Amino acid sequence: MSAVEPGSAGSGGGGSRSTGPATRSDGVERVVLDDVAIRRALVRIAHELVERNESLDDLYLVAIPNGGVPLARQIAANLASIAGVEVPVGILDTTLYRDDLVSSGERPPLRRTEMPSAVDGRTVVLVDDVVSTGRTIRAAMDALMDFGRPRAVQVVGLVDRGHRELPIRIDYVGKNLPTQRSERIELRGLEGGLDGPLEVVVRRQPAEGEGAE
Amino acid sequence: MMGRDLLAIEDLDRADLERILETALRMGEVGRRDVKKVPTLRGRTIINLFFEPSTRTRTSFEIAGKRLSADVVNFSPSSSSLTKAESILDTAMTLDAMDPDAVVVRHKVAGVPKRIADALAAPVINAGDGAHEHPTQALLDLFTVWQEKGRVDGLTVAIVGDVLHSRVARSNLYAFSKLGAEVRLAAPPTMLPAAVESLGVKSYGSLREALEGADVVMLLRIQQERLAGCFFPSIREYAATFGLDRRKLRFAKDDAIVMHPGPINRGVEIAHDLADQRPSVILDQVRNGVAVRMAVLYLFAGRSPRDAARREG
Repeated sequence: MSAVEPGSAGSGGGGSRSTGPATRSDGVERVVLDDVAIRRALVRIAHELVERNESLDDLYLVAIPNGGVPLARQIAANLASIAGVEVPVGILDTTLYRDDLVSSGERPPLRRTEMPSAVDGRTVVLVDDVVSTGRTIRAAMDALMDFGRPRAVQVVGLVDRGHRELPIRIDYVGKNLPTQRSERIELRGLEGGLDGPLEVVVRRQPAEGEGAE
Repeated sequence: MMGRDLLAIEDLDRADLERILETALRMGEVGRRDVKKVPTLRGRTIINLFFEPSTRTRTSFEIAGKRLSADVVNFSPSSSSLTKAESILDTAMTLDAMDPDAVVVRHKVAGVPKRIADALAAPVINAGDGAHEHPTQALLDLFTVWQEKGRVDGLTVAIVGDVLHSRVARSNLYAFSKLGAEVRLAAPPTMLPAAVESLGVKSYGSLREALEGADVVMLLRIQQERLAGCFFPSIREYAATFGLDRRKLRFAKDDAIVMHPGPINRGVEIAHDLADQRPSVILDQVRNGVAVRMAVLYLFAGRSPRDAARREG
């Protein structure tokens, strides 16, 4: 599940930041992946993609917004420099396919969907920032099938935090991060685009966490 | 903040309007796919309750609901027990007992959707009530202008025609004003509401003055049968003074667009050759209507208090 909301993506500035009216500011938040570690993980994942796919010509990176977008673009850039291939990058919003819309009173905002290439016969690699229950990946697969019939679907998760509720496997993991359900994982720095520094932080929710998934 | 029902643009604020436009933008993408359907409202029921005949709006709502996978049921007086003198409210409450997730209402009397909304558990969406409002038409007009011009703020919008009897004009007046456009009204004096200036818009008795520097020219339908001879001398006279052709359009900005909510009276409100091609965007309005109504159904359908009760239970 993407824990990244546009509003909560922070305004950058790194280091010590106080988040709103958090009562306990000590130990509430820690960085688990900094920009260097994220970039290193994305290089490794690109190598793994090359290793595990016989042909790279039919690869199609499909990002789940918002967090997946800069990650997919970086993986595409890495594939270009490692293997000399131009892999298309699509963006697929999963909101209209969520399984919890019925129970949520307020409708979540929709995000961009841009699928520049056909899905048919391709190996589609879904790219998400934080994978947890597997429900977002389920929704993404359903959405994908409405665009065509991929030859295969694989999944990249920058962070796999466990708590799976569906039989979904992550094929390429940046970092396994066992977490408490009450903790919140966020990819920050999205407004910086490709070049901006990214970081993944774990935040302990003050009891009765507001805005929990 | 948006309420449970969508009854009038007057009730919405700027943030609500922007939220609906952003949502419509995403819904437009769904409409351009090969498979134009998403499972969002699967298992939800939407009733189109049209007391006044309408093909366009009803079809647009129907397609919008179906693209979101809702079950859409059309209910109109001719096929109903209204002929048996069942009251409007009774009819609505009967339908409500079948647990719809939204009821889309059109009626020739202003205020009927509001009366129905007060009585029903389901959210009500106004699809046009008398000379009051037609919110989804204004939303699709806003959306069309936003797509064409990239903004609404600071634009000059001239609304031309029977403002007095037009719910489209009223809704658009609110919609465009709330998003920072300058709204002008142009009509024969008999078709301008009294004290319209108090709404913060300027009115003109001459088409030429109203068009001067306009970015958008929005034409209203003239109900010929009902009005000719009463509010203006003749159709020909109206066409000559307020009908738009390419020559008169030159008074507006070079890149002005021409809109009409349809159905058009060719040769009356708009010249034949102007209706079918740029800068007229009449068919874009129709196309955008589906996306906007998908957005409205997404944001309003199935959000009733009953929903919350179910969730607790």
